[in-house]
Amino acid sequence: MSVNYPVVVEVTLRDGIADPEGATIEKALPALGFTGVAHVRAGKSFRMEIDADDESSALAQATALAERLLSNPVIENAVARSAKGL
Amino acid sequence: MARIGVVVFPGSNCEYDAFAAVSAVGAQAQFIWHSATDLDGVDGVILPGGFAHGDYLRPGALARFSPVMEAVADFARAGGAVLGICNGFQVLTEAGLLPGALQKNRGLTFLCQPTTLVVATTTSVLTRGATEGQELVIPINHFSGSYTCDDDTLAGLEANGQIVLRYKDNPNGSRADIAGVSNLEGNVVGLMPHPERAMSTLLGSADGRILLEGFVHAPVGAH
Repeated sequence: MSVNYPVVVEVTLRDGIADPEGATIEKALPALGFTGVAHVRAGKSFRMEIDADDESSALAQATALAERLLSNPVIENAVARSAKGL
Repeated sequence: MARIGVVVFPGSNCEYDAFAAVSAVGAQAQFIWHSATDLDGVDGVILPGGFAHGDYLRPGALARFSPVMEAVADFARAGGAVLGICNGFQVLTEAGLLPGALQKNRGLTFLCQPTTLVVATTTSVLTRGATEGQELVIPINHFSGSYTCDDDTLAGLEANGQIVLRYKDNPNGSRADIAGVSNLEGNVVGLMPHPERAMSTLLGSADGRILLEGFVHAPVGAH
């Protein structure tokens, strides 16, 4: 029986790829009183619901669509996980 | 007279500039809407600048799935001359027709200014009318124009002469000062600067003519 699974996909820049957005945010934090924050990386998050027989096939579908459309594998990584309770 | 197709996506905004520039160097231009499934036998194709599909998700990410892109890919594989300018360059990298990717400019500023480019190779369809080392003044107008690729890809680009144009003073953090690249065969070229906006000394520079004249005259042709 097919069920609706909530999934979240996170897309971030791969290690070694410059992240000017993350760097700018990191530089702004001390001025606001947030000290000791390092390695800020900016990314995108996508929520969706996927009809699937079980959670692992929902996540497999999410991973496939993330690699084909949501991310550019040349510079980005995509990770899909369950959004249940989020 | 060479016929050059200018692809129009929803959100393209430099298609009229490209059309006028192509006409100014003695070719016949025609628009090709993004939902077309064939290229009407044109001799060369230009993907113009703008914000195809609103640049939603990433610049070029949705445009690469427009129906016309399959015909552009077939045309490119058959040796046809394909030029991506600015957003068109982003579309070609997303479509996998050119290596690498364009990310947000280093410094996160939108850049709109003349730049000096140095011709790095004359074997591409865009630079065959130029000379190696020649300096050209061409404007840029972009937010996501910082060229990036991994070390292996960069080594391949250098070894195979696929770096077409470099910035003399790197404005956006592009790797190896890259302003434009080609595929291995040199028939597909993408660049962030806008040669179609450098067609008259009255408007700052006519150096774009050197590039577009080379592109439209004796295109490789794929049909």
